[in-house]
Amino acid sequence: MHDGFFYQAFIYLSAAVIAVPIAKRLGLGSVLGYLIAGIAIGPYGLGFIGEEGEDVMHFAEFGVVMMLFLIGLELQPSLLWRMRGPILGMGGLQVAVTTGIIMAIAMIAGLTWNISLAIGMILALSSTAIVLQTLNEKGLMKTDTGNTSFAVLLFQDIAVIPMLAALPLLALSATNAVVTSGDDHSTWISGLAVWQQTLVVFGAVAGIVVGGRYITRPVFRFIASTRLREVFTAASLLLIIGIALLMSSVGLSPALGTFLAGVVLAGSEYRHELESDIEPFKGLLLGLFFIAVGVSIDFNLVGDQPGMILSLVALLNVVKLIVLLILGKVFRMGFDSNLLTAFALAQGGEFAFVLFSFAIQEGVIPAQTAAPLIAVVALSMAATPLLMIIAERLILPHIGTPERDEEREPDEIHGENPVIIAGYGRFGTIVGRLLTANGIGTTVLDLDADNVDMLRKLDMKVFYGDASRHDLLHSAGADEAKLIILAIDDTEKTLEIVHTVRKHFGHLKIMTRAGNRLESYKLLDAEVPHVYRETFDTSIRLATDAMELLGSHPYQAHRAAMIFRRRDEADLLELASMRHDPGAYITTARERIQDMERTLTNERENPGEQRDVGWDSESLRADFGESATD
Amino acid sequence: MNQILILFAHPAMQKSRINRILIAPMQEHTAVTFHDLYAAYPEFDIDVQHEQRLLTEHDIIIMHHPMFWYSTPAILKEWQDLVLQHGWAYGSSASALRGKRFLNVLTTGGGEQAYSKAGLVGNTVRELLVPIERTAILCGMHYLPPFVVHGTLNMSDVDATRHAEDYQRMILAMRDDEIEWSKIADCHRINENLDDVLTRNGGSQNA
Repeated sequence: MHDGFFYQAFIYLSAAVIAVPIAKRLGLGSVLGYLIAGIAIGPYGLGFIGEEGEDVMHFAEFGVVMMLFLIGLELQPSLLWRMRGPILGMGGLQVAVTTGIIMAIAMIAGLTWNISLAIGMILALSSTAIVLQTLNEKGLMKTDTGNTSFAVLLFQDIAVIPMLAALPLLALSATNAVVTSGDDHSTWISGLAVWQQTLVVFGAVAGIVVGGRYITRPVFRFIASTRLREVFTAASLLLIIGIALLMSSVGLSPALGTFLAGVVLAGSEYRHELESDIEPFKGLLLGLFFIAVGVSIDFNLVGDQPGMILSLVALLNVVKLIVLLILGKVFRMGFDSNLLTAFALAQGGEFAFVLFSFAIQEGVIPAQTAAPLIAVVALSMAATPLLMIIAERLILPHIGTPERDEEREPDEIHGENPVIIAGYGRFGTIVGRLLTANGIGTTVLDLDADNVDMLRKLDMKVFYGDASRHDLLHSAGADEAKLIILAIDDTEKTLEIVHTVRKHFGHLKIMTRAGNRLESYKLLDAEVPHVYRETFDTSIRLATDAMELLGSHPYQAHRAAMIFRRRDEADLLELASMRHDPGAYITTARERIQDMERTLTNERENPGEQRDVGWDSESLRADFGESATD
Repeated sequence: MNQILILFAHPAMQKSRINRILIAPMQEHTAVTFHDLYAAYPEFDIDVQHEQRLLTEHDIIIMHHPMFWYSTPAILKEWQDLVLQHGWAYGSSASALRGKRFLNVLTTGGGEQAYSKAGLVGNTVRELLVPIERTAILCGMHYLPPFVVHGTLNMSDVDATRHAEDYQRMILAMRDDEIEWSKIADCHRINENLDDVLTRNGGSQNA
């Protein structure tokens, strides 16, 4: 068993490691790479993987589950609300119209209306996994194409729930119902009456919403306070697997359950941490899923009826393409983005596999009808990256309008904040409040779970997480941000983050808090240009007020403080450069302190000798004094 | 009784012997508000609402400052820019300052003859103050001739104290309406011949 497992792992990983970089280098994208790897190692390729590929596919579907969880995490309810137009309009019409057309075609082909409707619904769905992965890789997620595709896919993902509910109803009128042929497919609620099943399903959904809102937070806080990163990762995985199990046990799609959990947790302070914990698993599993799709393509079936299968693939693509093109026109999309969106969404989706097996199990669609359609879906998925390449490289350059995209204003729906603040204690809080008060959006990361919890109660958007992890910075929007403010009180950690930021996010400007002079030197040595001693300005303010309290004119005190600050900061820079030479350092430091004292003393004892000579009348008196008498 | 607001501006009080003498008695009169702008706003963060409230609460507005580069010290310009808002201080619907009286009290290092066509400066003080005069008029205020202390560079403490007494007499007379408002308009500077314009020889006593 162990040998088998390692052998399989070796085959899959090798295929991925060889095929994906090559595909990427050839400009085909990683999805196509995985699919090709799958076909290559599958029963119709080199034959390393046989029937067990099916099991792997079931396992790898978990990647889709994780992806939907991550998508849910990105979707604050407010964001969802802003996208309601495209989701309901474009998404709803896409599903409805495509379902109708495919149903009509199926009926013309001689199938009964209920089987046709089921096929129509199932084939109307596109592949979230392939589309989002491909768009992401092409950097199209934040364009019009990305937004519209996402909206349509989201509606489809939601539409799966009513579809799952509707499919058994279609079987009622079907004569050839195969009652639970495979026991392993039935769930414990199958024995219950329909209304009881419905109740259980709603109960499970409500459980996720309520649990996500009220239970996960204290649990995550407790785990986070142990500061054991791997335990937090384990908890994240546990959450997703738990929800998936719950959903399967009540007969709902695990993907939808986790998507829902994601949305519930989107406002949570642990969002970014969860995101970066799950992300690598999702990536690997999704890759595995694509490979499994490649493996599972039944080339025997294709080989038997190549003409029929291929024309069905073409038909499916053309129908979806045309529907999307027309809808894009109706919703006034730019020509280019409309075309790209249509090509992106023209395939069948991974939900089709789930729904087809569910429909077979419920006796809605006969297995012999479904089998070629499953192959069609798999092939259309495999064709998507190719179609995208064709659309982008062959069609757009000829009939597209390239300048249109440049004129279009960048869409802000997914836009992250321009400033990231790491550390939100007494220092970062003030920085954040001032920026926020002036309309500058900040994404805040803090490692103290209790502090995060407290600030959350004060309605501040604070996330739990370690800012020295580049994956977490990535989730926090470091790619889009302009500035990162390191307001933590640990210089070693600050240096670590500076290093990480420089390495992975070279465009980010860095501003740092420093404890004292020595820490400032360390940061200046690391060539951080903006270093702020945490107590410096406060001390100066106190001294200024002290001078006032002792009778100085406030403006004199202010001028003195400003001069002091300017000189001291200049001295800091100078001394930082020579601190590795102890002799020179001590000498210069002494000189600077004496200089400063001399400046200020001179000022006090001989008004006007050094400072603000512009307001002094001594030289004027010497020059014009004679003529200035009344 | 007229309420008087003195907007005082000198960035370097430790260097201004004459102004220290001039302002010494000003803090202690009823109905006279002495407002040191550099002390109130060392960082130039002028509180506009507060300043506007002060203006509405007073009838006579005085800008007291040394002549710097034929103009005021910087903070008075900042004060005008921020406080005299359109719609509040001027403009078709603005009436906050309408009817108030306004004058400058200023010190110059040079003597009076320097501030004449033939002198070193080549312009009179009134001519140099035209921007402020226009500002006051645009805000609907009555602009009065300035109270000027010339020749501070070489002034003795005795002379300075005499000017301080005049300054105080003028302030109290204005407060108590014991000044011939119609007569001052013709002065080149109010303290040319102060006794001429005061109706009861002014109040040199503290009120």
